[in-house]
Amino acid sequence: MVQFNLPPHSRIKPGKTWPAPEDAKNLLTVRVYRWDPEVPDNPRLDTFQLDRDRCGAMVLDALIRIKNQIDPSLTFRRSCREGVCGSCAMNINGRNALACTKAIEDCGETLTIHPLPHQSVIKDLVTDMTHFYAQYASVQPWLKTLTPAPADRERLQSPEERALLDDLYDCILCACCSTACPSYWWNSDRYLGPAALLQAWRWIADSRDEATGERLDSLEDPFKLYRCHTIMNCTDTCPKGLNPAKAIAEIKKLLALRRE
Amino acid sequence: MVTGSNRPLSPHLQIYRLPLAALLSITHRISGVVLSLGLILLIAALFSVAGSGAFYSAIHAFLNTILGQVFLLLWLFALFLHFCHGIRHLIWDTVSAFDRSTLTRHSLWELGLAVLLTLISWIIV
Repeated sequence: MVQFNLPPHSRIKPGKTWPAPEDAKNLLTVRVYRWDPEVPDNPRLDTFQLDRDRCGAMVLDALIRIKNQIDPSLTFRRSCREGVCGSCAMNINGRNALACTKAIEDCGETLTIHPLPHQSVIKDLVTDMTHFYAQYASVQPWLKTLTPAPADRERLQSPEERALLDDLYDCILCACCSTACPSYWWNSDRYLGPAALLQAWRWIADSRDEATGERLDSLEDPFKLYRCHTIMNCTDTCPKGLNPAKAIAEIKKLLALRRE
Repeated sequence: MVTGSNRPLSPHLQIYRLPLAALLSITHRISGVVLSLGLILLIAALFSVAGSGAFYSAIHAFLNTILGQVFLLLWLFALFLHFCHGIRHLIWDTVSAFDRSTLTRHSLWELGLAVLLTLISWIIV
């Protein structure tokens, strides 16, 4: 349902401003969304000051420095620090990105960091991904076949058939795209969102998969697929440079052709 | 144990910096509403032509005021914005023009074309 305002308990209050390091010449201001489940209060926006000269190049480096040097209670997910695991997806200066591949230099004077938009916040920058993963599982992201596998080898693909999966299989499920989508904000209970639909297309496009009809049947739904209005925020924000909007258009086109 | 219902909803429209393509998308919807409302006036004008002279001169007089002219210009602009974005949707439906690098450029073309078409029709009519 469309709800433009945040519910009262979710509105952000001004937070604490931490003092700047005394000997720093080159300051970086970092404003971070904070919410602690053990404190019965609204979320707040804390302001930290960092010495740019002693901080790494990426937004994730700034967060780790805050956690190590200023406030150890700051909570965020991170793991690979090279854009492969998808854990550190968050909203940085108004756009979704991976903190580990977003250079501080590209962000201007101030960093403002929020959790992924329109999600249930567990603590600080950590959001509940349960529903997102369940939607991914609902597209049955595995190879489905009717014919028995060849006895003496794998199910083979030509290089051309394999190339069709480029820019589809590379999705890391960081949820930047789905949580950037206004349609997903208003209808995530029934709309699958760009990430799950990109994966749905990945299996439809796979030459070895034999369940295309069944997959299309389950997607032919006013909400699951057709809440996509080609707003293009997904493609605009994907930190891996993939194109979920195009994958969704491919599914819509295939469904239209099937009706003929 | 803290239950899910206590959890805040993270900010969305409040903080998201919408790209031009997204702004045009919502404008497409708003211009559709504007066009529908404008049709009421258009139909009133058509009725007045068919009906009484007094009604016609009232509508005519309103459309010749500054407010009426602004109204007409905005309606015309809404028409061409809606038209241009509609064309873009038709192209998208063929799975073309999805490249990320062209998104903003195509949006600017679309806006420019809508302004141009509006001005041309304003001058002609």
